[in-house]
Amino acid sequence: MAINKLAWKIGGKAGYGIMVTGLIFSKACSRGGFHVFDTVEYPSLVRGGHNNYHVRVEDEEIHSNIELIDILVAFNNETIDKHKSNITVGGAIIFDSNETKFENNEIRGDIKLYDIPLLKIAKGITEEKIIMNTITLGATIAIIDYDLNILDGVITDVFRKKGAEVVNKNILAAKKGYDYVKKNYNHDFKTKLRQISNNKEKNKKRMLITGNEAISLGAIKAGCKFYSAYPMTPASSILHYMAANEKNMNLVVKQTEDEIAAIHAAIGASFAGVRSMTATSGGGFSLMVEGLGLAAMTETPLVIVNAQRPGPSTGLATRTEQGDLKFVLNASQGEFPHIIITPGDVDECFYLTREAFNLAEKFQVQVIIMTDKHLAESHKTTEMFNVEYKINRGMLIEGKQLKKRPDGFKRFEFTDTGVSNRTIPGQKNGIFRVPSYEHDEFGWMSEDPEVRIKMVEKRNKKMVNILKEISWPNIYNIENGKIIKKEIKEINSEIDKLKTDITIISWGSTKGAVLEAMKFLKIDGVYADFLHFNYINPLKTELLLKILKSAKKTIIVEQNMTLQFASIIKEKTGLDIDHSFSKYNGRQMYPHEIYDKIKEVLNN
Amino acid sequence: MGKQKSSKKDLKPEDFNTGKKPVWCSGCGNFGILMAIRQAFADLGLNKEEIVIISGIGCSDKYHQYIDTYGFESIHGRILPVAMGIKLANHNLKLIAIGGDGDGYGIGMGHFVHAMRRNINITYIVCNNQIYGLTTGQASPTSDKGLITKSTPFGNLEEPVNPISLAIVSGATYVARGFAGDVNHLKKLIIAGIKHNGFSLVDVFQPCVTFNHVNTYDWFNKKVYKLENNKDKHDTKNKDAALKKAMENKKLPIGVFYKKKKITYEEEVEQIKKKPLIKQDISNIRINKLMNEFI
Repeated sequence: MAINKLAWKIGGKAGYGIMVTGLIFSKACSRGGFHVFDTVEYPSLVRGGHNNYHVRVEDEEIHSNIELIDILVAFNNETIDKHKSNITVGGAIIFDSNETKFENNEIRGDIKLYDIPLLKIAKGITEEKIIMNTITLGATIAIIDYDLNILDGVITDVFRKKGAEVVNKNILAAKKGYDYVKKNYNHDFKTKLRQISNNKEKNKKRMLITGNEAISLGAIKAGCKFYSAYPMTPASSILHYMAANEKNMNLVVKQTEDEIAAIHAAIGASFAGVRSMTATSGGGFSLMVEGLGLAAMTETPLVIVNAQRPGPSTGLATRTEQGDLKFVLNASQGEFPHIIITPGDVDECFYLTREAFNLAEKFQVQVIIMTDKHLAESHKTTEMFNVEYKINRGMLIEGKQLKKRPDGFKRFEFTDTGVSNRTIPGQKNGIFRVPSYEHDEFGWMSEDPEVRIKMVEKRNKKMVNILKEISWPNIYNIENGKIIKKEIKEINSEIDKLKTDITIISWGSTKGAVLEAMKFLKIDGVYADFLHFNYINPLKTELLLKILKSAKKTIIVEQNMTLQFASIIKEKTGLDIDHSFSKYNGRQMYPHEIYDKIKEVLNN
Repeated sequence: MGKQKSSKKDLKPEDFNTGKKPVWCSGCGNFGILMAIRQAFADLGLNKEEIVIISGIGCSDKYHQYIDTYGFESIHGRILPVAMGIKLANHNLKLIAIGGDGDGYGIGMGHFVHAMRRNINITYIVCNNQIYGLTTGQASPTSDKGLITKSTPFGNLEEPVNPISLAIVSGATYVARGFAGDVNHLKKLIIAGIKHNGFSLVDVFQPCVTFNHVNTYDWFNKKVYKLENNKDKHDTKNKDAALKKAMENKKLPIGVFYKKKKITYEEEVEQIKKKPLIKQDISNIRINKLMNEFI
């Protein structure tokens, strides 16, 4: 019997409450002290199609989902057909044979069938068929022998806004599902969830949060007061979170007529002195590109989120990919400095977004945070975020710091770092103008070739100090079954000791799947190093050179076909990475896929 | 900001001159508009530091270089979104958005309509010369049908946009049209626009002496008349009457077409009622409560 390791999936048509039900189950597990990673899959439509919500639960930290399923809650045949091959030996299906009909020989003999009259039970409680979802949650709790009270607590919180009647009916539904299983089935299911008994772990409160929510929290903490955006999956939940909190956190959140207006409004707000952000996906980013250039020319600090989805064009609107890297790296005409941040999990989403606002203001540049649907919308349990944070607004000066000068304020003064004093409208001695046209130190339009050279160099030399300021890529190993993170502070001889079997290189959201794959590899005696990049631009090239030269074997893991990061590495270092694993079917990368590839590489 | 009265009323139109010599063609309608704006600022007793000029691309993009206030030159068509961001960040500032007809009624048309329905308190001056001047003479959204330009050598096939009627139906709460050849009248329209609490459009007939040889000073002088002097006493509160006036094309009315009292967008944003966004303390924002909701 497996204790405290469970993979659960619920599937059915869109519009029937699959998402909320999945989240309730995730939360119920998280509140019991478990670690959860959940992923939601849905096609781009409002009603119909196949939605599913996969929840993986363990008693130690998990970083990715897996493809396997211990319990499948199926509201239709499609759910069973699509996922039955992933059900583990001795796994289960919860269904209602009055609604979902299949021949027993279609299902493997080892799979336990929990046939529950969901619709009948539901009708005994309410007219709303949707409550069948909650009945399956109660049934699940019974099968895995978990605590119904925790589920009731989550139901109460989630449905509180809908009123006591809805809460009570759902609690009753859960109870009925629970009782039905306890009464009609024996208690021999292979997997049980036991509440975490270790007091230290048990009392630890953890969050269950998505990448988009973590980015929103990071932005709010960093003092982002203006958020403008146009809805686009998978970035929209940032807009929803910011809008829901605009009054209690004193933000101005503006849904604009398009992404062009969104980025320009954010630029205007930043010019006026407010930390501002916009977020979109690749299609919206395409529209924002001219604004990126405007912010660059006017040296207006700005944070932009690109939550990627597969392109080109509409592509796969609700699926995942890392296909925009080179596009974002090279977006907009001309040469200018900008920063690309690629968080790998929800914690990095929070901490790096916070950092993005300081970097944007300190260097008066644009910071683009790149996630993807998988990171943006999957929930992961994590510790409460550390709220220690110091705002750095760089060379922003106001009031008496501004001295009256006969020739005016030099907004674009030439300095050693390329960063000049900046002030905001409304200041008496700070009057300046910022053209999108090339300009001199005061902001007067200029076509002078000498001025042009100096200005191009002024802007671009910011990269020198940005490179020094940003954190190094992290190196991860597995020791005693645990993930060990080595933070690099400088290039030293430690780096030369990378003599493991293979060095894995990746960026962004593939981090979780790689870490999980490494755990499996370690069990097989394979030692791997994992070099994960949170910053793609500027790139810590010096370190890469050293690692690529000393590593025994290297493999890049990317969720795009053309291995965009590998080609950037080649451009910067002149070196090839030996092997690659890429995936571009629109679905998340699974640990076993990376494991299989690495085994194949090492065996050949 | 608006309360710093040190230099108030002392400023003359020439005090708003940056000393940069305009690079417009001799006789360009922009000179009249520039003069009217500087005079309006002086007459209103505004301080330089409380004003932001937001311009776009076209001959009119240079205004922010010639008026001594804060200035931001956006890109083609994006004046109004930038202005909206500035206004929502600091609604104490006086925002003057200035662009051309191509900028506002062509590439920026979407933003134009949405800015008006939001009724954000911005004064938008459109230097409408019915031609693309800076790109050396192509048809613009307000070029008359049949106009021969470099891009329409056989005559423009499209009907012109009517910005006045469009503004009235889109929710602008102050809609006026001036003429660059009548600086004093234009100045009054701009002053009333700035004083108006809400989105104000001042569309300006601006002769382009180099590329538009049809809509010249002479042509306008013969065609324009002032709404306020007209014997039928135009009622600026009457939307139907305003639309009717906007549709006139034999004679061309100038003056205020439509005016309406209405709460502005920013006045409805509770979060900035006490103080503008820029004045809010961001040094230690507490997010513990937000984090607890994720447990």
